[in-house]
Amino acid sequence: MTSYLTRRLLGLIPLLIGVTFLIFLLTRVIPGDPAVAMLGERAAPNLVERLRRDMGLDRPLFLNTAAYRESGQLRSLFDSQYFTYMGRLVRGDLGRSVLTLVPVSQSLRHRFPATIELALAAMLLAIAVGIPAGTWASRKRGTLSDTFVTLVAIVGVSFPVFWLAIILIYFFAVVLGWLPPSGRLSSTTQLQSVTGFYVLDGILTGNLRASLDALKHLILPAVALGTIPLAIVVRMTRSAMLEVLGQDYVRTARAKGINERRVVRKHSLKNALLPVITIIGLSFGSLLSGAILTETVFSWPGIGRWVYDGITSRDYPIIQGGVLFVAIVFVVVNLLVDLTYPLIDPRIQYS
Amino acid sequence: MSAPAGPPAAEAATVSAQADDARPRRGNRNPRRFFRHPTGVLGLSIVLFLTLMSLLAPVLKPYDSRSDRNLRARLAPPSAEHIFGADELGRDIFTRVLHGGRISLRAGLLAVAFASVVGTLLGVLAGFVGGWVDIAVVWAVDLLLAFPGILLAIAIVATLGPNLTNALLAIAITQVPIYTRIMRSAVLQVKQAEYVQAARAVGAGGVRVVLRHVLPNSLAPLIVQLTLSIGTAILDVAALGFLGLGAQPPAPEWGLMIRDGFSQFLRAPWMSIFPGVGIFLSVVGFNLLGDAIRDVLDPRLRGV
Repeated sequence: MTSYLTRRLLGLIPLLIGVTFLIFLLTRVIPGDPAVAMLGERAAPNLVERLRRDMGLDRPLFLNTAAYRESGQLRSLFDSQYFTYMGRLVRGDLGRSVLTLVPVSQSLRHRFPATIELALAAMLLAIAVGIPAGTWASRKRGTLSDTFVTLVAIVGVSFPVFWLAIILIYFFAVVLGWLPPSGRLSSTTQLQSVTGFYVLDGILTGNLRASLDALKHLILPAVALGTIPLAIVVRMTRSAMLEVLGQDYVRTARAKGINERRVVRKHSLKNALLPVITIIGLSFGSLLSGAILTETVFSWPGIGRWVYDGITSRDYPIIQGGVLFVAIVFVVVNLLVDLTYPLIDPRIQYS
Repeated sequence: MSAPAGPPAAEAATVSAQADDARPRRGNRNPRRFFRHPTGVLGLSIVLFLTLMSLLAPVLKPYDSRSDRNLRARLAPPSAEHIFGADELGRDIFTRVLHGGRISLRAGLLAVAFASVVGTLLGVLAGFVGGWVDIAVVWAVDLLLAFPGILLAIAIVATLGPNLTNALLAIAITQVPIYTRIMRSAVLQVKQAEYVQAARAVGAGGVRVVLRHVLPNSLAPLIVQLTLSIGTAILDVAALGFLGLGAQPPAPEWGLMIRDGFSQFLRAPWMSIFPGVGIFLSVVGFNLLGDAIRDVLDPRLRGV
C-alpha cells in the first residue's frame, strides 16, 4: 500500500507540472500585450508597465541566457517568466486580482467552503436518491418502471444545468415562493462563521434558525447541480446491480433461502458499489465545473461565481487561479477514490 | 468482435475474405434490431426532426439577426403571432430558436469532427509506435483529463477571446482524449491478435492494418462515442454561450439567448424557457440515439 501510494504520488508530479505549464502558456498566448488586455486599452501607461514587470513580461519565457552570459551565475539562467511563475506557485502565490488587488489564494480560501458545501449537498442528493432508485430499477428489470427509471436517467444527463437552475428558481422561488432564489443566507439572518459551511456553522453556534435558513438556500442550487450526477449514479447502480444479480453466488444465496432483502443489500449491492463509487468520484469533477454555471445563476458566493465574475471583468489571475485550483482538487479527489477501493473490496490490494 | 483463434500465416488472406463475407449479413440484423429499440427510435426521430427544422429554417422563416427588431412587440408573451413570445427587442423567439438550431447542430458536428479526427490519429499513433511517443500521448491525454468538464474550454476561451470559433476549438480540444483512448486501446488489443501478426507476416503495411483491422474492430465504440459527443458538444457550446464565452450578440445562439433571458426572467420567462427546450431536445435526442446504437452494436452491453 505504501509503495503504491508513493508511486501514485510520484505520478502526480509530471501531471501537475503539465497542468501548471498549460495554465502558464495560456496567459502568454493572450493576443496582443497581456498587460494591456488585462487592464484595458485606456489604462494608464505606468499601470501597464507595473503589471508587465509584475508578470515578468520583460523577461524571456523560459531560460534567461542573456543574463546568464552576463553574470555567469546559474541562478540568473532561471530568471525567466516560467520559473518565476513556478517559484511563486510553489509558495502558494497565485498572483493578485487585477481589479481588486486581493491575493487570489486568499479569495480561494475564503470561497472554497461555499463551493464544497454546495457540491457535497448535490452529491448527497445524487447518492441518497440514485443508489436506491438504481437498485430498485435493476430488480424490476424489463418492466415499465425499469424503462421509466432508465429513461429519466438519460433525460437527467441532458439538462443544461444553467437552464434547469433558472426554471427551478422560476417555479419554486418566483411562482410558489417556497424557497429563496439566490444567495446563501437571507439578509436578515445573522450567522457567525466558524467553518464556512453555513448549515454546520448554525448548528455549531446553536443558531438553528440560521442553519435552517442556510439549508433553504442550499436546496435549489443542490438540486440543479445534483441532477446530472444523480442520473449517472442511477444508471451505473442499475447496470452494476444487473451484473451482480446474475452471478452464481447470488443464486446460491437465494437457494439457501436467505430473504430477498438481505440478498440484495448484503450480497449484491455491496459488490455492485465499486463502479458506482468510481463514477461518483468522477462526477465530483463535473460538479466542480458545473458549479461555475450553477453558482452564476444562484449568485452563490463560491469559486464558480468568482471565476465567472473574473471572466466578465477579464481578470486573468482569477480565471487562472480558479481553473488551476479546481483541476488540482479534481486530481486529488480521483486519487482518493482510487485509494478507497481496497476498503470496499478486500480482493483489491495495492502493492 | 474477438479475434479468431490464430490462423496460420498462409491463411490470413482467406480469413479476411471470410470476414468480408460475414460483415454484410451481420450488419443487416442491426438496423432491424435498432428499430425495435423504442428509445432509440425516439432519439432518431428527435435528431431527424431537429436536423430537418434547421435545414428548412431559412425557407420557413428567413432571418437576419442584424436587422431583426420590432419594438412594438417588446417582451410580448406567447400568442398566435409570436408562439414563443418576443424578447426585449421585440425579436420573435420562435424564429430565433429555429435558427439557433442551425448554429448548435453545426457547432456540435464541427467540434466532434475535429476532436474525433485528431483524437483517432493520436490514439493510433500512440498505439502503433509505442515507446516515448506513447508515453507522451498518454501524458497529454491525462493532462487534458485533469480539467473536469468544460473547465479547460472556459480557460481557453476566456484567454483567447470569446467567440464561437474559439469556443468550438476549445470544446473540440476537451473531447480529443476520449477518442485517443478508444483508438489507442483498440490498436493495442488488435496489435497482439494473431490474425494481425499473420497479416503483417504476409507483408501488410501499417496503414493497411489500421484500415482493415483496427478501424473495423473499433467502429462500434467509435460510432457510439461520436453520437454521444455531439450531444455533449451542443451542451457545452450553449454553456459557453450562457457564460458570454461563446457566440456573441446578436447571434441567435441558444445559450446566449438564455443569458439574455435570465436578466428578464421575472418579466419574460419565455425568453429563457424556449431556447432551453431546444438545447434539451437536441441533447436528449443524441443521447437516446447513442445509447440505442450502443445496445445494438455492442452485444456485451446489451440490456445493461
